[in-house]
Amino acid sequence: MTEQVTEPAAEPEKRTSAGSGDEPAGELLELATKVASQARAGEQLEVYASRGVEVDVRAYEGEIESLSSATSAGVGVRLVTGGRQGFAYAGSLEEAVLAETLAEARDNATFATPDEHVGLAEPDGVAPASLDLWDESVLSVPTATKVALALELERRVRGVDHRVRQVAYCDYGDMAFESAVASSTGIAASARRTMCSLSVMAIAGEGAHSQTGTGFSAGRGLGSLDPARTAVDAVERATRLLGATKAKSARLVVVLDPRVTSTLLGIVSSALSGEAVTKGRSFFAGRMGEEVAVGALGLVDDPTDARAFGASRYDAEGLACRRNVLIEGGILRGFVFDTVAARRASTSSTGSAVRGGYASTPVAGCRALSLSPGDLDARRIVAEVGEGLYVQSVTGVHSGANPVSGDFSVGAEGLMVRGGDLAEPVREVTIASTLQKMLQSVLHIGGDVEWLPGLAAGQTVAIGNMALSGA
Amino acid sequence: MTDTISSGPFLLQASVVERVLGVALEHGADFAEVFAEDRRGTSATLDDGRIEELSSGRDRGAGVQVVVGDTTGYAHTAELSEAGLVAAAEAAAAVAHRGGGGRTVVLEPSDVRRQSEVAVLPESVEKARKIELLLRANEAARSSGSAISQVSAAYGDSRRRIFVANSDGLLVADDQVRSRFVVSCVAVGDTGMQSGFESAAFTVGFELFDVVDVEDIATTAARRALVKLSARPAPSGEVPLVLARGGGGILFHEACGHGLEADHIEKDASVYVGQVGEQVASPLVTLVDDGTMGPEWGSFAIDDEGHAARRNVLIENGVLTDYMWDLQRARRRERFSSGNGRRQNYRHLPMVRMTNTYLVNGESDPDEIVAQTRQGVYVAKLGGGQVNTATGDFVFGTAEAYLIEDGHITEPLRDANLIGNGPEVLRRIDAVGNDFAMGGPGTCGKDGQSVPVGTGQPTLRVTAVTIGGTAGD
Repeated sequence: MTEQVTEPAAEPEKRTSAGSGDEPAGELLELATKVASQARAGEQLEVYASRGVEVDVRAYEGEIESLSSATSAGVGVRLVTGGRQGFAYAGSLEEAVLAETLAEARDNATFATPDEHVGLAEPDGVAPASLDLWDESVLSVPTATKVALALELERRVRGVDHRVRQVAYCDYGDMAFESAVASSTGIAASARRTMCSLSVMAIAGEGAHSQTGTGFSAGRGLGSLDPARTAVDAVERATRLLGATKAKSARLVVVLDPRVTSTLLGIVSSALSGEAVTKGRSFFAGRMGEEVAVGALGLVDDPTDARAFGASRYDAEGLACRRNVLIEGGILRGFVFDTVAARRASTSSTGSAVRGGYASTPVAGCRALSLSPGDLDARRIVAEVGEGLYVQSVTGVHSGANPVSGDFSVGAEGLMVRGGDLAEPVREVTIASTLQKMLQSVLHIGGDVEWLPGLAAGQTVAIGNMALSGA
Repeated sequence: MTDTISSGPFLLQASVVERVLGVALEHGADFAEVFAEDRRGTSATLDDGRIEELSSGRDRGAGVQVVVGDTTGYAHTAELSEAGLVAAAEAAAAVAHRGGGGRTVVLEPSDVRRQSEVAVLPESVEKARKIELLLRANEAARSSGSAISQVSAAYGDSRRRIFVANSDGLLVADDQVRSRFVVSCVAVGDTGMQSGFESAAFTVGFELFDVVDVEDIATTAARRALVKLSARPAPSGEVPLVLARGGGGILFHEACGHGLEADHIEKDASVYVGQVGEQVASPLVTLVDDGTMGPEWGSFAIDDEGHAARRNVLIENGVLTDYMWDLQRARRRERFSSGNGRRQNYRHLPMVRMTNTYLVNGESDPDEIVAQTRQGVYVAKLGGGQVNTATGDFVFGTAEAYLIEDGHITEPLRDANLIGNGPEVLRRIDAVGNDFAMGGPGTCGKDGQSVPVGTGQPTLRVTAVTIGGTAGD
């Protein structure tokens, strides 16, 4: 199992982010609108309300280890007056609590430093995409079926290969989530979405040596879950690392597994935040229009693509989500903005406000990044590369990849690439470079786009001239 | 405030909870628990020279846990009425269902002793005073050098009142107050941008700022960013590593802390399975996990299962003495909980978590440790880390590091991750200083839940660990 410690001590906890669907969450929108209508003269008032239902099942040794079911709801109130913003939240939608939360937000606003750029979103005429992100099966399928899926996955993982010695976790999880945002500036948006997933970690062993592999499957509804493929994926990833040793330090080409690419794009996305750029906290600051990557590299954030798990009709401020081109032909073409960051940069919101849940305020961020696909699949990329390291997974991304400096150094495990094929397994090494150099050293981008939970698609990518540190 | 906390009915009435537990046990469960929580917090942020936002919030609710054999059912609700709690109890009991008769529970309230007194409740402090701290930090950071181009600072406080009652008759409550202050800086130079960070966080009230100087936090963060402007790339490959006092406790959190959590042990998902009584580390290593350390960030009076915090020796002179336990794992092994059952909030089941994990003092002179290291890397401050407990492989990042050349600390290094294998690294510790200090506060993430933790250690040396720099570019 992987655990991590990140410093600093975290912000108040983040919850599931806002999403969308075609059916409006009418009741929530009504509630948000009602509270937002209480703005006084000279005030701008925004109310975000959300509600979710979740089921989580963990299977172990053929039994249910735990089953949790939960509903939760909450509200976040943002109030701007005289260029000053205050915020308050509560994990409840009760009327008395709403009134108290509004009063807190109003009081909190008096302490901010006035800033002419601070203000709420106003409708910009962009129509939201038509997206169906709701699958009723998440609510209608009985819990027993969900339990059976988790048990089936665990049984399959233990049955695929005799070298599987344990299953560290084997989970089914789902959620049905509704949200609404309304403001005194004319915003009224609501959305809903569902998601369910299977995830498992297999521990394979030979002698005293153990290795782990994870598998997962996710979709809007239970019909898209595939326990058989998930089991095989986890087991194959664990067993192919058996016998792994520390490689010798070298400069080489790395081929990133699609999951690793998705993780790295998440880091790059922090540097593409208009807020980070405007505040001089991104290695992309001041480079608009310049060549920041190899010519073949295109990067787009498109939450209107229903295949993306981050797809959404509306952003966290209630503006329509839209397709934003960030890098095109290696040239830096755009950043993502929420309303305040956009005003600070003398531009318009790109409909890219995201929020960690009702307990936090909107910030600029990506939802659905993908690289423009190339022609090759993973096998062909490995063949083209010839010699290098295939990176199955990375660790220490939070401590080792810095979107300000671009410094990049992470733990890695995977398989050597020799003679155009995957060869012996490798563990306990790091790969390092800078994000700036890595973007300029991309050799191949796979055509194997795979949408993964998180804010970026996975694709196989080969990058040259990385420093491998090992024995 | 007093230094004991009564289990009086500040969240739930004992009689109501007895009835709810009765519902939870109706179908012959082995164990049932009601956990209620009321959390309020304030945070304030400064960025780009301005107070950007003051935020405050409240979350309250309860979770009901029902255990039958090895199966646990859990349901939670934000509705603290009897009807809301009964609905949660029924939902939780639907999973853990054996059949057979129920039983009644008689709760026995007991008082809880605080680890440290809270002198000034943050909620009693005017918001303007919290804001002022941020402005002072901004000023100090920006005065640290003209190359400082950006400063952000955050103040946060929380008051978390918890209430735990279970079918063993336990009824206890705790009132946990925490305060923290964080500064991040960006410095710009010919070599690009670098970032620096420093924080202070303790399980105390606003009196924290009587003893902690926000200017010091700010100038430390600024210095870390400035120093790295002239830093060279870190080496690549295996090097001797010296960790400065208080700067590297996360090494133990990752190298063995997680691997000693009984949930991983139970599933054979740790390299430390079956190692109690064995030599798992250098004889210089005595490692403790201690939730009773006064105001430290990972301290509390009771864990989230109602058990008193304890000081637990995990490794003594290199020999593994015990794992860390929560209540359910302890029950299955017919032993006591070590007070390590924690959860992020009422929406989650508790699991085994660390508190304040530290290496105790050795006998070496810290200056001698550096002087006797011919070539190597000196880490003044580590950042975050991550571990795979099943393989023991772990990483941890540097946030302030230097080269050691001929026994002297010389040039600063850019940030890099280090990677090692827990049991191997523990055996390679060949010097432990006599200058113990606790380190910066951390937030530990496990299985989707975050909890505050502390770490600490004296200066120490590891004979060889792999550092992932790019030197040779």
